Amino acid sequence: MSGNPFSLWVYLSQSPLLWLTVTLLVYAITDAISLATHRHALANPVFHSMWIIGAFLVLTGTSYTTYFAGAQFVHFLLGPATVALAVPLYENRKAAAAAILPMLAALVVGSVTAIVSVVLLAEAAGLPRAVVLSLAPKSVTAGVAMGISESLHADPSLTAVAVILTGIMGAMIVTPLMSRMGIRDFRARGFAVGIAAHGIGTARAFQVDAVAGVFAGIAMSLNALVTSLLVPLAVTLLVR
Amino acid sequence: MIASLCLILLCQLAGEVIVRGLGLPVPGPVLGLVFLLLLLLARDRFAALARGPLQQDGVENASRGLLAHLSLMFVPAGVGVVQKLDLVAEHGIAIAVVLATSVVVTLLVTVATFLVVSRLMVRGGNAP
Repeated sequence: MSGNPFSLWVYLSQSPLLWLTVTLLVYAITDAISLATHRHALANPVFHSMWIIGAFLVLTGTSYTTYFAGAQFVHFLLGPATVALAVPLYENRKAAAAAILPMLAALVVGSVTAIVSVVLLAEAAGLPRAVVLSLAPKSVTAGVAMGISESLHADPSLTAVAVILTGIMGAMIVTPLMSRMGIRDFRARGFAVGIAAHGIGTARAFQVDAVAGVFAGIAMSLNALVTSLLVPLAVTLLVR
Repeated sequence: MIASLCLILLCQLAGEVIVRGLGLPVPGPVLGLVFLLLLLLARDRFAALARGPLQQDGVENASRGLLAHLSLMFVPAGVGVVQKLDLVAEHGIAIAVVLATSVVVTLLVTVATFLVVSRLMVRGGNAP
């Protein structure tokens, strides 16, 4: 029997088991609260998990690298989940094929708007050049955005944070905004949130409406393609 | 279940191999999505493909299971904010305002484009 609880903590705090458990436990609780509040926009489980776990790491003096050794098993699933988006797309292929023209138009206009608006606003706010570059790909899913950021010699970890914040804001804003604007076409609502707020927006769209979720998934996958091509171009044209 | 997950991973793997091999500017999982979609469409045409995970909703159920927990998968990357606390203290408010404004503008412009084009199509379709 160990007489020193501190040595147990030293052992556990370095093991992936603890941090994987913390990630799943905090998410399970915040997701249950989100469900209990009928998926209220302000009860976004990603947002609340993020600050609770972040505060826990800061208070216990644990490094992000140590945390990620456990959390990487969850992070890895982002890739397979992207592939899995083929299934809702397949099941709604008729609705998707019927809306191919509005989707292509909204894709091009939406991804250009997402990049140009953030670069111009960030420059107007006087943010340093490295920050502006790191924010530029914020509307695509985390893995892709970090790759773009790397190829621009920006800061991929800042990009990841900008991506998550963008997703959370989009997921929180979309339902009240669209309802206030009187937009009832769930194809258009879903597609917009998929362009603006990638996977977190798509997860939100699936909670609100199945058709919205499908269109958000299509938008998110297509945007990953278009943004990888557009960001280097936009940066050359817009950033001083 | 295992076979279905395996099929999903194989699609992703094939996507990564092709993207890396040819130096395409596309993320590997997105190409994997295209492969899985083509497999599902091919299965409807060729009965010989309907076996293993491609029958009895195997890969469909596994995918629905993954997508049901899509939000969870963003948590580890989001917690990365703890590495950027000095930047947050210095520029946090400006970054938050810039991101929020850009999200609202993008949402409105995208939804408007979608609705305008789909209305033009309906009108064009009704014309003689």
